[in-house]
Amino acid sequence: MKQTFKRPKALVDIPFHFCPGCHHGIIHRLVAECIDFYGLREKTIGVASVGCSVFLYDYFNADVVEAPHGRAAAVATGVKRASPDNFVFTYQGDGDLAAIGTAEIIHAANRGERITVIFVNNTVFGMTGGQMAPTTMSGQETTTTPFGRDLETNGFPIKMSELLTELPGSTFVARAAVNNPKNLMKAKKLLKRAFEVQTNGEGFSFVEFLSACPTNWKMTPKQATERVQEEMIPYFPLGVFKGGQE
Amino acid sequence: MAEAEFIKGNEAIAMGAIEAGCRFYFGYPITPQNDIPEYMSRHLTDVDGTFIQAESEIASINMLLGASSTGARAMTSSSSPGISLKQEGISYMCGSQIPGVIVNMSRSGPGLGGIDPSQGDYFQATRGGGHGDYRTIVLAPHSVQENYDLTMKAFDLADKYRNPVVILGDALLGQMKEPIRRRKYRKKEFPKDWAMTGAKGRKKRLLKSLYLSEGELTDHNWMLNKKYQSMKREIMFETQFMEGAKLVVVAFGSVARILKSTVQMARDRGMKVGLFRPITLFPFPSAALDKISHSIKNFMAVELNTGQMLEDLKLSVGHKKNQVDFYGRPPGSIPSPDELFHEIKKIYKKRIG
Ligand SMILES: Cc1ncc(C[n+]2csc(CCOP(=O)(O)OP(=O)(O)O)c2C)c(N)n1
Ligand code: SF4
Ligand SMILES: [Mg+2]
Repeated sequence: MKQTFKRPKALVDIPFHFCPGCHHGIIHRLVAECIDFYGLREKTIGVASVGCSVFLYDYFNADVVEAPHGRAAAVATGVKRASPDNFVFTYQGDGDLAAIGTAEIIHAANRGERITVIFVNNTVFGMTGGQMAPTTMSGQETTTTPFGRDLETNGFPIKMSELLTELPGSTFVARAAVNNPKNLMKAKKLLKRAFEVQTNGEGFSFVEFLSACPTNWKMTPKQATERVQEEMIPYFPLGVFKGGQE
Repeated sequence: MAEAEFIKGNEAIAMGAIEAGCRFYFGYPITPQNDIPEYMSRHLTDVDGTFIQAESEIASINMLLGASSTGARAMTSSSSPGISLKQEGISYMCGSQIPGVIVNMSRSGPGLGGIDPSQGDYFQATRGGGHGDYRTIVLAPHSVQENYDLTMKAFDLADKYRNPVVILGDALLGQMKEPIRRRKYRKKEFPKDWAMTGAKGRKKRLLKSLYLSEGELTDHNWMLNKKYQSMKREIMFETQFMEGAKLVVVAFGSVARILKSTVQMARDRGMKVGLFRPITLFPFPSAALDKISHSIKNFMAVELNTGQMLEDLKLSVGHKKNQVDFYGRPPGSIPSPDELFHEIKKIYKKRIG
């Protein structure tokens, strides 16, 4: 029988702790597969952020340094400048990257740092129990928007990919989803391109993943995956915003 | 030995850093330390180094964390408000045991305060400064030559202990020009078997501060504490006029420099005054002061603040029937040797007669 499910070498052989139906595990796997595909495991330095993905350093079979909440892009800047031959990536949630770490990501992109940023947008602060994130959708109930996000008082769900696309310093910016096999295939293609942008020395690459958080959305995994399709994708359109061609 | 050159205090720090092999500098402008980033931006390129003017002090300290995590020698500098912003990053560096050199050419506070020399950041520097139970080595130069020498030393200490080292100066030490002698840095090798280099032909490495399993963080904190205790072997201080002294003035940094003239004036007038100048503020030279207090009973702390090092002095000598007096000058003006002489004379009269 053909083996179809093989664990990537870039992952340690331990089970993920994520909730059932969480997309973090799928996105970890995609990143690990790309590391394997380009043979980068021994050159990789990962930068872990603070959020549900903080244990990235346990799951990846690669060197990983932990950044304070929101500062992964600055830490990665220091790592990459000091070690330009290594493959350097950050993996950050929407609270981490789009709230507390907004300044760091904008300026890392604007300087054209040769790093790859994996941005996981699940429209909530997952780790701290489901509070509003900058990406929380209009009307979405969270523990700090109990009556739904009110655009009048809470502002608008922020579109980081569109924002970073505008910066002349960014080279590759794309948004992907992993809610069905078709989107998953596309996501992997985009991620590969993001890796190449760094390994070719082209510049800063950024992939935003729309991600389900069934626990804090108070949904079943199936409902959460449907929400990605029906609510998130119309507002956060998928595709390459910048730098698609090689 | 090289010819003496007239150098500005801030520049001496930058020169010492490059001589000691610092190749990465990250900073955000703030008076009175801008000569450091300016010097680094011009001269790091000569040695294939990297200078980044970061978007903030928060970004700077985290870039330092990143660069140092690869085993490279790196530095950031700032002044008081900027150092406050760096504290979370310093705490993470201590927790993850990542070295690095942080210069604070402090200014006066609280808040925006002013740009006058001040020693108001003593507590912040010596008690950790950020959250959690940690310490950094703190070096307090009192001359331009020491700015240069202690900066070189700071890189060795950071690597030796895998811990951030803080250089605590102030506007006076940054701005004044003095002759210094440059010297060749003698490279010391420290193991970097923890550094992020890519897991090639070895197990993966992790630099982190999060410990969640039962007892893990307790052990981690005790291990760090043991390391901080072991730093006592690095204690440095300077004494002057200690023979037959009846009153020991204790001061660090710029004010200690001024006091050197004051104590000379006192001796010229037959007053038996000595000077004790801690060079490492953490670890504090408590044992040396304790030893002195067996034969001398009167101490006086002089600081450019309302009394911070005073507490360490009291912890060192205050347990016996010793007298510990204090003269504090909060920021706004620098005391002259004459003014300080006047203050010391008052205490001397009261305690000795
Ligand atoms: C300075 C600081 N502020 C707040 C926190 C608490 N905190 C931890 S994770 C987090 C947000 C996590 O949300 P996100 O980045 O979206 O990641 P997710 O868990 O959703 O994947 C917050 C606010 C912290 N660790 N540090
Ligand atoms: S709380 Fe949400 S983001 Fe965190 S592991 Fe669970 S499902 Fe995933
Ligand atoms: Mg989130």
